Amino acid sequence: MSDNPHKHKDDVSGVETTGHEWDGIKELNNPLPKWWLYTFYACCAWAFVYWIFMPAWPHLSTEGWTYTKGVLGYEQRQSVADELAAVQAGRADQLAEITTKPLVEIAENPALMELALAGGKAAFGDNCAPCHGSGAQGSKGFPNLNDDDWLWGGTLDDIHTTLQHGIRWEADDETRFNIMSAFGKDEILTPAEISDVADYVLSLSGTQAEAEAIARGQEVFANNCVACHGEDAKGNQELGAPNLTDAIWLYGGDKATIVQTVSNGRGGVMPAWSSRLDEGTIKQLTLYVHSLGGGQ
Amino acid sequence: MAVSSTRGSHIPGTMTTASYLVTGALVLGVLVSLIVAAKAVDTPMAIHAWLFAFALTFGALAIGHRHFDALETFKKTGETKLGYNDNVVKAGVIATIFWGLAGFLVGCYIAFQLAFPWLNLDLPFTTFGRLRPLHTSAVIFAFGGNALIATSFYAVQRTCRTRLAGDIAPWFVFWGYNLFIVVAATGYLMGVTQSKEYAEPEWYADIWLTIVWVVYLLVFLATLARRKEPHIYVANWFYLAFIVTIAMLHIVNNLAIPESFFGSKSYSLFSGVQDALIQWWYGHNAVGFFLTAGFLGMMYYFIPKRAGRPVYSYRLSIIHFWSLIFLYIWAGPHHLHFTALPDWAQTLGMTFSIMLWMPSWGGMINGLMTLSGAWDKLRTDPVIRMLVVSVAFYGMSTFEGPVMSVKAVNSLSHYTDWTIGHVHSGALGWVGFVSFGAIYCLVPWLWKRERLYSMALVSWHFWIASIGIVLYITSMWVSGILQGLMWRAYDASGFLEYSFVETVAAMHPFYIIRGLGGVLFLIGALIMTYNCWMTIKGRIRKNEPVLAGQSDLPVGAAALPAE
Repeated sequence: MSDNPHKHKDDVSGVETTGHEWDGIKELNNPLPKWWLYTFYACCAWAFVYWIFMPAWPHLSTEGWTYTKGVLGYEQRQSVADELAAVQAGRADQLAEITTKPLVEIAENPALMELALAGGKAAFGDNCAPCHGSGAQGSKGFPNLNDDDWLWGGTLDDIHTTLQHGIRWEADDETRFNIMSAFGKDEILTPAEISDVADYVLSLSGTQAEAEAIARGQEVFANNCVACHGEDAKGNQELGAPNLTDAIWLYGGDKATIVQTVSNGRGGVMPAWSSRLDEGTIKQLTLYVHSLGGGQ
Repeated sequence: MAVSSTRGSHIPGTMTTASYLVTGALVLGVLVSLIVAAKAVDTPMAIHAWLFAFALTFGALAIGHRHFDALETFKKTGETKLGYNDNVVKAGVIATIFWGLAGFLVGCYIAFQLAFPWLNLDLPFTTFGRLRPLHTSAVIFAFGGNALIATSFYAVQRTCRTRLAGDIAPWFVFWGYNLFIVVAATGYLMGVTQSKEYAEPEWYADIWLTIVWVVYLLVFLATLARRKEPHIYVANWFYLAFIVTIAMLHIVNNLAIPESFFGSKSYSLFSGVQDALIQWWYGHNAVGFFLTAGFLGMMYYFIPKRAGRPVYSYRLSIIHFWSLIFLYIWAGPHHLHFTALPDWAQTLGMTFSIMLWMPSWGGMINGLMTLSGAWDKLRTDPVIRMLVVSVAFYGMSTFEGPVMSVKAVNSLSHYTDWTIGHVHSGALGWVGFVSFGAIYCLVPWLWKRERLYSMALVSWHFWIASIGIVLYITSMWVSGILQGLMWRAYDASGFLEYSFVETVAAMHPFYIIRGLGGVLFLIGALIMTYNCWMTIKGRIRKNEPVLAGQSDLPVGAAALPAE
């Protein structure tokens, strides 16, 4: 390069150029920055060392393709399996107890309860929160699990059965099942009758309407609704029929929603978890949900 | 100066054997499109076939129109010699600005969709799943791609002192590429996707892009081949590496078997973890060769040109070019840490990413140190400030990248917003700012204006967009690390502390801050659009204090190419 006649010194830096010029752009003949070069070497050296210790390069052997295993013998799958096994081993005894012991006994054992509530909370977040909310507060069509207003019962055994077999979950033979008829769609009641019965139902929790409509609605109710909701309209947990007098509404307590409910019926679904979760987890969930405030 | 003389007495722009062949090919394309449109098995395919039919018809007509236009011009001027081909660069600059605005706008919208899901509007076309690829493709391929095509066409002519090769070919590259963008974008909205990140367009769009890209490569190579300089300038090495590698990546990753030649759906040739590895070999090198090598080419032309200073080190440019090219192509597996990808591939992905750190920084050093002797321009020339800050962001994100590829870090950062923040420090800071800088240089140069309409508006753009980037990156750092820590938090009994929905809820405030950052970036781009528009109209804003570096003419170099 030194005999290139076009080379000249850059006035500002005092460094020689390479002698080329493109559209007015020249290049200085600066050396590689030392710190840059040595850091590059260090990164490469680190990579070479890493390859010695960890699985790195694929190569052919007599048995086909394999790879250098590395002197540490690390295997990602094995290390995950080991970690999971260690966690499981640490609580295996207690989990076995939770799986086998009756719920009432677990509830009286503080050590087991501590594990069950922690496990239940984690399982709830992953499996139940999408419908019931992360605080189990529920939303339209999905019951609030913090209160003591239970559709299918709030004892440990009731909750356990609901979790195991689900509600209206057709794949499970023992699922909890009952339907609210579509009184309007199936033309069991006229729109006027449905309006009256909605007024009556609303009056049970203190919302007043025209007295005559309520009286007519009461008769409609007596003829059509008492079989499930009971004469006092307080519901029946055997049948999953909600209490209509407590001003707690699953789908909404305004008249339009109640008219819609009576007209089209309702039939919310909850999966049967016994086909997805092991018994220990279902029991932890049972105890967790029971502990939220409404357990009976 | 006529940089290139044409063959004998041929009138430039009139029909040649080659242009008859191209027209014939376009007509054939129209026929194929019409057959596909008639027999299409799904609506999107029918719409796209019609789109192709119309576009190719217009193409054929435009070639004819051009012929008669050229004849008339010749009658007036009698000129048969051609200067630089700058019209296609002008078109590219306008397309870059247009797609930039579109891409940034969609980006802002989907950012707010993440904070406020009702913005999905319950319509299939406006769901996040369809708008997200619209955003990524619009900013990477439409904005970035047009910027690269335009600047590479500009720089290669100047640094080779020759007219761009090909008569119709450069225009075919420009219009063909933008047709690809339109097909891709409308496809996303209609739900057409092959579900490969950054390679979503279906098989027919991929084939079209392959044709366009090969022509781009040929135009670039032929221009280099007829150069009047003894050596090839470093910017052109990077542009060429970008074009060649993208061709390879695009073809391999998109190998697929169409369900029907009249339908929009295809199935990838690869499956399972092989598919994932090919996809991220593509995806990472799209970052490496599209968003890094290509834009380094841009940097290597516009920074020394604008600063009027020589490139800092020729030797560094050689070493970092070849080490970057060699090492980048191995780094893809770091996108698949802790997956079914075998351990050895993860190791190689990580170690090559670490080794890549210094080769990446070579470009940063060369960019920044080129300013030595002209540091005062940081204060006086907001365009230089934009270019230099782009290189700083480049340095930051090419350091962050190797750090995130380390498995111990990746186990926290993977799948979190940290990755999104990292990508955007590169995308907004590096790719965005270096492109804006190039646009601010090119508009007065191309339209032969004394200077930009307003340098103060460039400053406003710079500061507003910079604040936007800072909001974006910092909010994503916080939310990403928070998210990662929440995902891995265990209680004393070994159960997860937080459910997934709780981690989603925790992101909400950061998503709002991120969205606001994006809006600032968009506002900056709108200011740039106004400034460029006024410059093109030939206006100069009065009463602006004149600073030393305000002239668009680089010191000591002829800014306007002599013709």
